Order: sequence, then C-alpha cells, then structure tokens
Amino acid sequence: MILKGENVLKQYQNTSGKISALDHVSFGVENGDFVTVTGPSGSGKSTLLLSIFGLIRLTSGTIFFNGNRIDNMSDRHLTEIRKKSVGYILQSFALVPYLTTIQNVMIPLALEKVPKKEQQTRSEEILEYVGLSDRKDHLPRELSAGQQQRVAIARSIVHRPQIIMADEPTGNLDPALSGEILEFLRKINRENKITIMMVTHSPMAAEFGTQRLHLSEGKITNH
Amino acid sequence: MTITKLVLIELWKRKSQLITGLLAITLGIAVIVAIQSVAVVSEQNVAKNLDNLGANILVLPQAASIDDYYTSDIDAPTLPMDYVERILESTIAGVDNMSPKLTRRVSVEGKSVVLTGILPKSEIASKPLWQSSGLLGKQLTTACAPNQSANESHGMEDEKLKRKAIDTLLSEDCMAGSQVAKKLSITANKKINILGKEFKVVKVLPETGTVDDDRIFANLADVQHLLKIENQVSAIEIMGCCNAISEGLLGQLRNILPDTRVTSINQIVSTQIETNQLMRKVTLVMLIIIFFVGGISIGNYIWANVNERKREIGILRMMGAERMTIYKMFLLKALLLGIAGGILGFLLGTLAGVILGPYLAGIVVKPVYIYLLWSILLSITISLAGSLIPTYLAARFDPHSNLQED
Repeated sequence: MILKGENVLKQYQNTSGKISALDHVSFGVENGDFVTVTGPSGSGKSTLLLSIFGLIRLTSGTIFFNGNRIDNMSDRHLTEIRKKSVGYILQSFALVPYLTTIQNVMIPLALEKVPKKEQQTRSEEILEYVGLSDRKDHLPRELSAGQQQRVAIARSIVHRPQIIMADEPTGNLDPALSGEILEFLRKINRENKITIMMVTHSPMAAEFGTQRLHLSEGKITNH
Repeated sequence: MTITKLVLIELWKRKSQLITGLLAITLGIAVIVAIQSVAVVSEQNVAKNLDNLGANILVLPQAASIDDYYTSDIDAPTLPMDYVERILESTIAGVDNMSPKLTRRVSVEGKSVVLTGILPKSEIASKPLWQSSGLLGKQLTTACAPNQSANESHGMEDEKLKRKAIDTLLSEDCMAGSQVAKKLSITANKKINILGKEFKVVKVLPETGTVDDDRIFANLADVQHLLKIENQVSAIEIMGCCNAISEGLLGQLRNILPDTRVTSINQIVSTQIETNQLMRKVTLVMLIIIFFVGGISIGNYIWANVNERKREIGILRMMGAERMTIYKMFLLKALLLGIAGGILGFLLGTLAGVILGPYLAGIVVKPVYIYLLWSILLSITISLAGSLIPTYLAARFDPHSNLQED
C-alpha cells in the first residue's frame, strides 16, 4: 500500500465553533491505483488531497506513505517527499506566468538540482509525450486551456513521482478537453505505473477511477 | 533551469517594476557618491595647501609663550630632545615630518640675529619653499591626502628614516635667511663667527616672507653645544596630516608629551577641521536617510513583488521548494538590485560630481574608483536589509492558502 490514512481529522475554528472538514476519515491506496475522490462542494475533498503531504496540517490522525508515517514529519521532510515523490495538478494549472512551457516543466528538476542538460532532455521528452513539443517556447498565456493543463501534467510527471495528486484537473475545461485530459491521466497511470489520486466533482471523471471515494460532510460514505 | 535563472527571468520580464525598485537606491547612492567625490577633492586641495605651508603643529615647553606662532620658539624655555624619540616611538598616525629646533638671539658681528639649530633634512622637508629652490632633498608629494597614511607621503619605506633623516650640514656650515644675509652683508661661502666658532655660509636662502628670513640656521647639535644647552630643544615643529589633526592628533601628542604646549595653526586647521566635519556630518546624515529611504523603498518593492507572486510561491512550495529556496529567490533578487543600484548610483553620482564640482565648489572632480566598491557594498547592504522582512514573510506563507487564491 502506497498511501494509508487512519482517523484523519481536520478541524477549523470559526466564530460559531469548530468545523470538521475531515471527520475521522480512513482510506488506503494501493500502488498503481487511480483513486477518484468525489463529493459536493465543501465536503472536504480538496482538504483531504492537500493534507496528505502536509500542504494542510491535520488536527489528528495518521498518514502513512510507503509504510512510513508522514503526518508528524517536519515541514522540511514533507517538502522533500513532495519534491521527490509527488506531482500536483491543480484546476487552475498553476503555471508560472513568466516562464515558457519547457521552463515550467523544468521546475521540479531544478528543485531537485538535476544537471541542466538532463533537465533539458527529460523536459523535451515529456513535452513530446504530452504532445507539446512545438509549444515549448510559448508562455502560458499563449496556450489554450487544454494545452496549459497538459503542461501542468508534464510538470507533474517530469521528475518521475510515485503519486500524482490532482485537484479538479478538468474543472476549467470543456467536456471534450476534459475527456482528453482524463484519458491522458489514465495513460500515465497505466503506462508509467504512477498512482493517481484525483479530486473531482464530475461523475464522468469519477468513472476513470479504479477506486472511488465519496466524501460527504467530511466523512467517507462509500469505498 | 536554476533558481538563479528563474530570478533573472523574472527580473527581465518585469523590467518596469525593476526600474521603480532601482530608482530610490540608485539616486540615494548617487547623492552620497557625488558629495563624497566633491568632498574628497576639496579636502585634498586644502590638505595640499596646508602641506605647502610647512609645519602646522608646534610643540613647546609648557612655560613658553604662544602669542606669535612663528616666533614662539625664540628664547623659549627648552624641552628634552628625548621628546622627539618619544614621538617617533609612538604609534600616533598623522605625524608627517618633525623638525626639532633650538633658537636663541645671539650677537654676530655686533648685530642681534636669531640663531636656529636644525636637523636639516627634516627642516627642509617641511619647507616646500626651500625645496623649490633646489636646495636639498626631493620634492614632496601631498602629505595630507584624506585617509592617506602619513607614512606613505614621502616615498620612504622606513618610517624612522623618513622622520629622522638628517642631510649633511657640517658643523662648520650654516645657512642664512635673506634678510639676515643683507643685514650682515654676507654671501655664500663667506665665513662668519658665531659665539666664537667660525661657520661657512653654504647658502643664502631665498626670501620666503617669513620669520625664517631673519634667521641663521646651523646644525642643531652645534647650536646646542655653543649655547651650552645640550640635548634640549626650544620647539619641535611637526608637519601633521590635517585629517589626523581633526581626528585628535594634538590630544594624542599631549598625552605622550607632558609639560608641553601642543598647538597648531588654528585659523587654517580649524577651518579645515570644520569643513571636514561638516562634510562628514552631511554624508552621515545622507547615509542614514538613504539607508532608511532606500531600505524602505526596496522593502516595499520586494513586498509588492512577494504579494504579486504569492501564488507562484505556493506552487513552488507545493512542488517541493524549501523555505530556503524562497529566501534565495528574493534575497538574490535584492542582491542583484543592490549591485545594479550600486553601479548605477556610482556612475550617476560621479557624473554629477564631475559636472557640478567646478560650478559648485570650484574644483575639478575626478572619479574615485574605490567608491564603486563602497557603492556596491552599501547598496547591497541597504537592499538586503530592506528585503529581509518581506522575504521572511514570503518563506512563511502557507502554501495551501496561496494556492487557493485563484
């Protein structure tokens, strides 16, 4: 099991008291799974996705990654895990606006201090893989929404992560483009054996999951 | 791709913001460089003039009268010759040349003249007017250039040699001032009898318009012997670096020479001291203002940049950028701004000094290249200091809340 969560609790304090975004959630993800997390707005899907590798700190509960407990790790250690083993894809693409396509893709490699030549080779290979070789010197604003999301996907896999955490990756795309991106994620999952955990509100997107989690009011209502 | 490259790309792609950020620090540095460039030339000019005047400090016994600076050594009480050694052996900086002398009124051929025993070379070295007559010694360079070590001024490697060097003035030789030569009707190579000893006049000194024109100069040891005042002198003339005087040279000399009066040519030195102190105060005030204005300006620019790039910081942190990477991103940017601000400020300030110097101060200002280094260092310090807080806050941003801004 690559990922395991036990009694994961995340509470926020507001004026009316404590609100549980995640209410003692437990889950398990096998290596190579394509997990989809669905649920209505405010059900805690994104909180779950972002809290697993420390982007949101849990109130209580435990999370294991590759058998190692990570919820109590320092920010430095969690950063190291995110850098080496995790790829993120967000709804808004999250590209750096002043960097070209290939420079955006190189960021994870730069953070890992991969030699420049290797960065170039690997980034070009990945851009070829996502079909954007001819757009490598374009700025994000010069690309379509679908192309921008493919750059984000390329960036999320260029450093060969073990798991991709995708938060509404098709949320800003029309149905045709959504289908294209989801097919692409499935391809990555199958061909590269990369585990994917994807949050979506789209039932169509949820169909791509080999394991489906549904959250409602911070609780998992089905597996 | 490296973090450095990322910083450079970001700087290049947002040039207009860069110019705004650079402006305050560049202008600040330029003002300081312009003031300093004018000030340093002004100080050099005054120092050179002071140098040409000769000795500017006089060490006299406590009981001596100092009503007239230039004649106060005549018939004055004496102080031990050892005091010369004491100054030499001290570590006091700014003593450029010393001339111990013993002066008494004596009768020569029935006429009253002033006899002064000197250590010739040091006496000559402190009298550029004599030098220019080609008498002895070599041409002096400016001794009092600001911040210049006095020990470098005459090109002599050995400090003691420089200060103690005694050129030949044989015990039978003397030099006569122009007025006394007229008074006694003496010319070069003529022999005169002083206190029972025959001296050969080796040189009649050119007219200087000073009290020296009325003196006969002989070897100090000879004069001490003839006057039976062994190992005593009536005064020690010192050519002190004007900057050192303003920094407390007189006080330092008083500390090592008890029971003496240490005085300077007040009118000249105090003017220079006041000018120097004023320039220093102006520079210091400007420095403080620029430090705060420049620091706040850069800090404001970096803070705006941090806010604009909150999401980018969140993305990088999400992808595994450490806090140190965020520090590096913004501090490197501040460093580059500092370097650019320092160079531009130096160029602008130097240009202003060169153009405005002749109009404002009546002096020709030349670039002081060492200021380039100081400008860069100052600019970097201001830039980094101003950027510390925004950078610290940027590194502490919660990546999650910044990611959700879109």
